Amino acid sequence: MTMLQKPWAARHHPAWWAFALHRISGLTLVIFLPVHLLVLSQALDDPRQLDRFLTWADTPLVKIAETILVVLFAAHFAGGLRLLALEFLPWQNSQKTFIALASGFALAVGIVFLLSAFGGVD
Amino acid sequence: MDNNSDQRELTVHIWRSEASASDDDLQPDGAWQTWEVPVRNSQTVLDVVTWIQRHRDPDLSYRYACRVGMCGTCAMTVQGKPRWTCRTRIGTVVDGNELTIAPLRNLPIIKDLATDMAPFFDKWAEAGAQFVPDRNVDQQTMAPVKPDSRARRTADVAIECIGCAVCYAACDTVAWRADYLGPAALNRVWTLVNDEREASPKEHLKAVAGESGCLSCHSHQSCAELCPKHLNPTASIAGLKRKSFLLALAGRS
Ligand code: HEM
Ligand code: SF4
Ligand code: SF4
Ligand code: FES
Repeated sequence: MTMLQKPWAARHHPAWWAFALHRISGLTLVIFLPVHLLVLSQALDDPRQLDRFLTWADTPLVKIAETILVVLFAAHFAGGLRLLALEFLPWQNSQKTFIALASGFALAVGIVFLLSAFGGVD
Repeated sequence: MDNNSDQRELTVHIWRSEASASDDDLQPDGAWQTWEVPVRNSQTVLDVVTWIQRHRDPDLSYRYACRVGMCGTCAMTVQGKPRWTCRTRIGTVVDGNELTIAPLRNLPIIKDLATDMAPFFDKWAEAGAQFVPDRNVDQQTMAPVKPDSRARRTADVAIECIGCAVCYAACDTVAWRADYLGPAALNRVWTLVNDEREASPKEHLKAVAGESGCLSCHSHQSCAELCPKHLNPTASIAGLKRKSFLLALAGRS
C-alpha cells in the first residue's frame, strides 16, 4: 500500500516557485504586520517600553530575521506587481525574465537593508 | 529474434491499483510493480507499457488510440510529470535506467493506468466551452473571416487543444478545489470569447468569470509548462480575467 500523489516533479519550474514564494511571503506578512503595528503603537502608548524593545532587538540575530522579513516583503511586492502585470497587460513571453527581475529586486533590497543594519548607515 | 534490441534493460515501475475510485477518494492506495523491459530504438513510454501488457501481464490496464499525438487518450504520469506516452521517447525522460509510470493526477482511477476522463469533459460542458454559431448572420452577405486577421489569430493561438488532460493533471488549483474548471476548459472558452463567428462571446465570458472559473487561477503556469501542444492556458486565463474585469466595470457604470 503506497500513496500515489507525488506532484513535485511537475512543479520544478520558475513560475511555480514564484507562486510558492508569493504564498509563503504573503502568509508571513499576515502574521508579521499586526506584530509590527503593535510594536509601533508603543511609540504612542509607552515610549520607554518601545526603547527597551529596540535595545533588546539590537542584536545580529534579530537583524538577520528582519532582513529575511524585508526580503520576503520586497519579494511579495515585486512578485505581486509581476502578477498584476501578467493579468492586466497583454501576455508577454518573457515571464521567466520578469521572475528573475523580481527576485533580483528582492535580493537587492535585502542587501541594502543588511548594509544599513550592520554598517551603521542612518 | 528481435535484432532491434540491444542488450540493455530498463527497470520499469508501474502503478497498480487495488481499488477503483470512489466519490471521496479519486485515487485510492495501490502499489508499485516492477519489471525489466528490453530497450529498443526509438521506444516510447507507450511501447514499454504495451510490451509489459503483451509479454508479462495481460491484466495491466491502460488506454491509447491513435499512437501519434492526436487523440489525447494516452496521457499518464511519467517520471512524475503528466505526458502523452505515445509521443514520449524513453531517451528524453530516462536518465539512468529507471522509469516510473503512473495514472494521471486529479482524475478518478478506473484501473491501473487508466483514469476516467468524464469529470474533465463535464467541466468543459459546465464552462460552456462549446461553439454557438451566430444564426442572425445573413448567409448571403456574410463577410469571410480572414485567417490572418488580428481577431482570427487571437482566437487561433489557443485552438489546437486535443483534450488530453495533461494540463488538468498538472494544475494544483484543480487538486485544491474540486469545482475549478481547469486550464483546458478555460483555454477553450478563451478561443470562443475571441471568435467573431460566436453568437454571444459575452455569455461565454460570464460562464467562467466566477470563483470556479478564471478567478481561481494562481498563474503557476504548470499547465503551460507541460502542454504537449505548447499551448498557454495561463495566458488564455489571464485574458479571461482581464475581460471579465472590464465586463464587471462596464456592468457597474
Ligand atoms: C505591497 C504590495 C502588495 C502587492 C502588490 C500584493 C499583491 C498580491 C497579489 C497580486 C496576490 C495574488 C496572488 C495569487 O493570485 O496567487 C497577493 C496574494 C496575497 N497577498 Fe499580497 N500584495 C501586497 C501586499 C501584501 C501584504 C502587506 C500582505 C499581508 C498583510 C499580503 C498578503 C497576501 C496573501 C496572504 C496572499 C494570498 C497568497 C496566495 O493565495 O497564495 N500582501 N498579493
Ligand atoms: S491545453 Fe494542452 S495539455 Fe491541456 S488538454 Fe489541451 S492539449 Fe492537452
Ligand atoms: S496557471 Fe492556472 S490553470 Fe495553469 S496550472 Fe496554474 S492555476 Fe492551473
Ligand atoms: S495515443 Fe493518441 S495521443 Fe497518444
